[in-house]
Amino acid sequence: MIRVVLPAHLRTLARVDGEVKLELGGPATPDAVLEALETVYPMLRGTIRDQVTHRRRAFLRFFACGEDLSHEPADTPLPEAVATGAEPFLIVGAMAGG
Amino acid sequence: MSGIRLLVGTRKGGFVLTADGTRERWDVSGPHFGGWELYHLKGSPADPNRIYASQSSGWFGQVIQRSSDGGKTWETMGNKFEYEGAVGTHLWYDGTQRPWEFARVWHLEPSLTDPDTVYAGIQDAALFRSKDGGQTWQELAGLRTHKSAPVWQPGAGGMCLHTILLDPSHPGRIFIAISAAGTFRSDDGGTTWRPMNRGLRSEQIPDPTAEVGHCVHRIAMHRARPNVLFMQKHWDVMRSDDAGESWREVSGNLPTDFGFPIDVHAHEPETIYVVPIKSDSEHYPPDGKLRVYRSRSGGQEWEALTKGLPQAHCYVNVLRDAMAVDTLDPCGVYFGTTGGQVYGSSNGGDSWTPIVRDLPSVVSVEAQTLP
Repeated sequence: MIRVVLPAHLRTLARVDGEVKLELGGPATPDAVLEALETVYPMLRGTIRDQVTHRRRAFLRFFACGEDLSHEPADTPLPEAVATGAEPFLIVGAMAGG
Repeated sequence: MSGIRLLVGTRKGGFVLTADGTRERWDVSGPHFGGWELYHLKGSPADPNRIYASQSSGWFGQVIQRSSDGGKTWETMGNKFEYEGAVGTHLWYDGTQRPWEFARVWHLEPSLTDPDTVYAGIQDAALFRSKDGGQTWQELAGLRTHKSAPVWQPGAGGMCLHTILLDPSHPGRIFIAISAAGTFRSDDGGTTWRPMNRGLRSEQIPDPTAEVGHCVHRIAMHRARPNVLFMQKHWDVMRSDDAGESWREVSGNLPTDFGFPIDVHAHEPETIYVVPIKSDSEHYPPDGKLRVYRSRSGGQEWEALTKGLPQAHCYVNVLRDAMAVDTLDPCGVYFGTTGGQVYGSSNGGDSWTPIVRDLPSVVSVEAQTLP
């Protein structure tokens, strides 16, 4: 089980409170997490990564276990603590005004 | 008794303003999707409770929302706007070529007859259509692949397709406008397109009378006379009497012929409204006076409408999609400002009242007349 923390606006869009819990069919990677997330919550398609290119949106970052994983290849295995659910996978929106 | 529903898009959410036919007291609901930019909301003429909304964010991209109960509840629809085939390039600000890239939906235009069919005008400029209520979107690629497209260029707000007019009398006829390419018309439901810019003159481009490259801000038509079009261009208010084949200037005695919105009275096809704005860089009303100008002669002769509007120290703007009319008699006219005010007139513009004063910056206003 993977725990995912979404930015507040995406929690509202997905109509969830708090963390999202996902079961992955295979190895825990950023790509697998996003696939599972978008399958369970299709309204999030396109809001975290481009639907066509799968490129991460520029103002979002992926953090876990105190590390910025945003620039790791999408099929990089996530830390064991994330894969086991001990630590969450954080999807973080840039702090910026406007 | 009939009623009015105003759909207001702002930089920080959508608002629904409702009143009965007297238009004296308004209920305000919202913000819907607070914190997101609501570029446009529009109801289906065939089913007023069916409303489409364009919700976007610099962080999270584009979302399409749909309501089936007049804006009380919403469901998230499809947001995959994928250009069809080769993407191609267009002019960038610096004169180089740049690939088309989807940024956002500027305008949603529901079909006149089918609540499940809706058109979307997007940035970078292209026209999409959904036939399943917004679940999936297909590009009408004949527009973006027009032979003139490589020399289209963005206006200051981006290369947006911001106006879509569906001709009620000629099935398959669609007018669109792009900043800064100009006006185009299709007579076959969006498959093929022709530029409709003859008569426009823009001194800021190498060839002032070029076939494309004009910064058209908005076009408007009266349903009963779809061959007559009115245009607010970056500068110049224009009129066409032949369905866009040619245009002539009708700026007349306006204090400035720059502005964004233009609209037509619901029952008087020769009565039109604009909001003159000082430009090229100020983008606020001349002399700090917020004035709507009305022509009862289809242009050329204009009168200032000021009663109820601030006539000192007013420096707001009124954006291209932020004016609308209802179809009651007398005709109601509405507009929203970048200062967050939405003004309404229940007498064709003779006098105005602020319906709300302190919304986020208003991007769009649409009016629905309810039975």
